[in-house]
Formats: sequence, C-alpha cells, structure tokens
Amino acid sequence: MLAFNFFGATEGGLFDINATLPLMAIQVVALTYILNSLFFKPVGNIVEKREKFVSNNIIEAKNKLSEVKKLEADLLTQLQNARTEAQRIVSEAENESDKLYKEALEFANNEANASKEKARLEIESQTSAARDQLSKQADDLSELIVNRLILEK
Amino acid sequence: MFFNSLLTNFAALEVGQHLYWQIGNIRLHGQVFLTSWILLGALLVFISLGTKKMENDPKGLQNLLEFLWDYIRDLARTQIGEKVYRDWMPFIGTLFLFVFVSNWGGALIPWRLIKLPSGELGAPTADINTTIALALLVSLSYFYAGLSNKGWRYFEYYVHPTPIMLPFKILEDFTKPLSLSFRLFGNILADELVVGVLVFLVPLILPIPVMFLGLFTSAIQALIFATLAAYYIGEAVEEHH
Repeated sequence: MLAFNFFGATEGGLFDINATLPLMAIQVVALTYILNSLFFKPVGNIVEKREKFVSNNIIEAKNKLSEVKKLEADLLTQLQNARTEAQRIVSEAENESDKLYKEALEFANNEANASKEKARLEIESQTSAARDQLSKQADDLSELIVNRLILEK
Repeated sequence: MFFNSLLTNFAALEVGQHLYWQIGNIRLHGQVFLTSWILLGALLVFISLGTKKMENDPKGLQNLLEFLWDYIRDLARTQIGEKVYRDWMPFIGTLFLFVFVSNWGGALIPWRLIKLPSGELGAPTADINTTIALALLVSLSYFYAGLSNKGWRYFEYYVHPTPIMLPFKILEDFTKPLSLSFRLFGNILADELVVGVLVFLVPLILPIPVMFLGLFTSAIQALIFATLAAYYIGEAVEEHH
C-alpha cells in the first residue's frame, strides 16, 4: 500500500541509514579502480595516442608546407634573377651589335670617301692632262695654221 | 472493493520498505545491492566488450566508449582545470557512470515484475544511503585534492577574499554533501513515485510521457552530480593569487 513511513520508524523508512552507506562507498571506490584499469586508462591511451599522431601529422604537414613556400619563394627569386640576367645579356648583345654596325658603317663610309677622293683626284689629273694635251694640240694647230698662212704669203 | 483489489494486484507502492540482509550485527538494504550489482555488472560487461579489441580506427562499441571518454574528459577538464584533471578523471567518470547507469537502470528495467519478500527493486540512487555515500566520497575527494595539491595552504581558501567568509565556507563543507545527496535522492525517488502513482491510477499511456521525463531527469541528475563533484574538486585545487 501507499505506506509513507518517513520518520520515526525504528525499522525501515526513507531515511533509514545503516551499513549500506559505508559498503556502498567502498563499492564505488572499488568501481573507480576497476573502471580506471578497464576503461579510462586503455581508452585514454588509445585516444591520446591518436591525438598525438594527428597533431604530429599536422605539425609535419605545416613544416612541409612552409618548406614548400620557402622553396617556391627561392624559385621565384631565381627566376627573377635569371630574367634580369637574360635581359642584361640581350641588351649587352644589342649594344655590341650596335657598336659593330656603327664601326662597320664608319669604316665603309671612310673607304667610300677615300675611293671617291682618289677617283676625283684621278679625274682631275686626267682632266688637267687632257686639257694640257688639248692646249698643246691647240698650240700645234695654231702654229701649223700660222706657218701655212705665212708660207702662203 | 475494486480499488482494494487493484491496489494489491497492480501497484503496491512500497516506500521506505527494505529487503534487509543481516550480516552479524550489521543490517543492509539488500535491494540496493542487488540492483547495483546487476547494473554495474552490465556496465562492466559492456565496457569489457567495447575495450576488448581496441584499434586505431575505432569501430562499433569502441566508438561509443571513446565518445563517452571524451565527454568525461571535457567535463573534468573544464571544471578541474588543465593541471590536475587527469588524476580525477576516473573518479568523476565513475561517479557519472554509476549515477547514470543507476538512474536509467532504475527507470528502464521493469523491476516491479520481480517479487521480493519485502521492499522492491529500483534505482540504487533512490536510496539515501547510496547518495550520501557518493556525496561523502566527493567531500573526501575535494579535501584530499586540496590538501595534496596545496598542502596547508588549502585552508587559505576559507579566508580567501576576506576572513568574513570563514563561517560561510565552513558551512559550505556541510551543505555541499547535503545538497549533493538530497538532490539526487529526491529527484530519483520523486520520479519513481510519480511514475508509480500514475501507473497505479492510470495504467495505460498516461505514464509514458512522465517516464520519458524521468529518463531526462535521470540523465541530467547524473550530469549535475558529476559536474558539481568536479567543480568542488576544481575549487579546492584552484590557485588564488
């Protein structure tokens, strides 16, 4: 029946405290040790091992990533260096070829001028020679004419 | 007439009656030990099965146990603190598991079908002896935790902000186990009584939502008990600056 026998009863009742209390305490302490060796230690070991494994892997991956980034940066500077080097070589070659071209041009100009000068001198000498000859022939002719005229007289 | 037969046949609510075991001079509440042994046996079998073949890639039961372990670790770590939570995690976890298994086992298993000569089987936590035992263990634990971690400096805690706090802090050492034990005892016993009375009045359907509510309270009580125990230990080992 609904026997609400709360207080006062020598036997029974809701608040009947007896040796159940210390024995239950001992039982719970024993359970703590049993669960520690059966559950908390082994599961803890495996979970923490896995956590360590995961965090180690993450650290390793981060290291590798930073290494890759360093290498990438290194490569980029190398590439830039090679580009400037190439540019330098190209401009040097351009300057060189420019110089060579100018030199060749100058040389050719000089040669042309020299041969032109030589030709002019030759033409001049030939002209003067021809003129001399012409004037000599004119003189001879005039002399001949003069002689003929004189003889006919 | 009808009610009388109903009373005797269906729902004889036996409150405060126990199955006494007499060993020499001491008397024990046998029904508490019977249910606790059955429930703890089931718990240990469950845990042994789950931890039998542990792998790095958890499967099945191991998953559940790892989740449980993680849950208990988080509880212990947030309340006790990073430094010493490892020492107390098994104790907090055992409290949680013991209270949880007792509460749920008491609510889920139809113990009333098993007839005892006196008293009836039920949640072990619905007996005041069990809850006082747990609460006193918590008290001992936080004293031990404080003294072993800080030595005599533990007692600085009693005069921590100002010496005015001393009587209140001393009073707290008594109210902590009292509130811990009576909260758990009251909740679980009240749940059993409510379900019992409802089953006695309306045997069908109506008790079911109350039973679900009982399961909810049972889980919450286990969590509250473990959290408070961890909090008290954390309070004892905390360094004041």
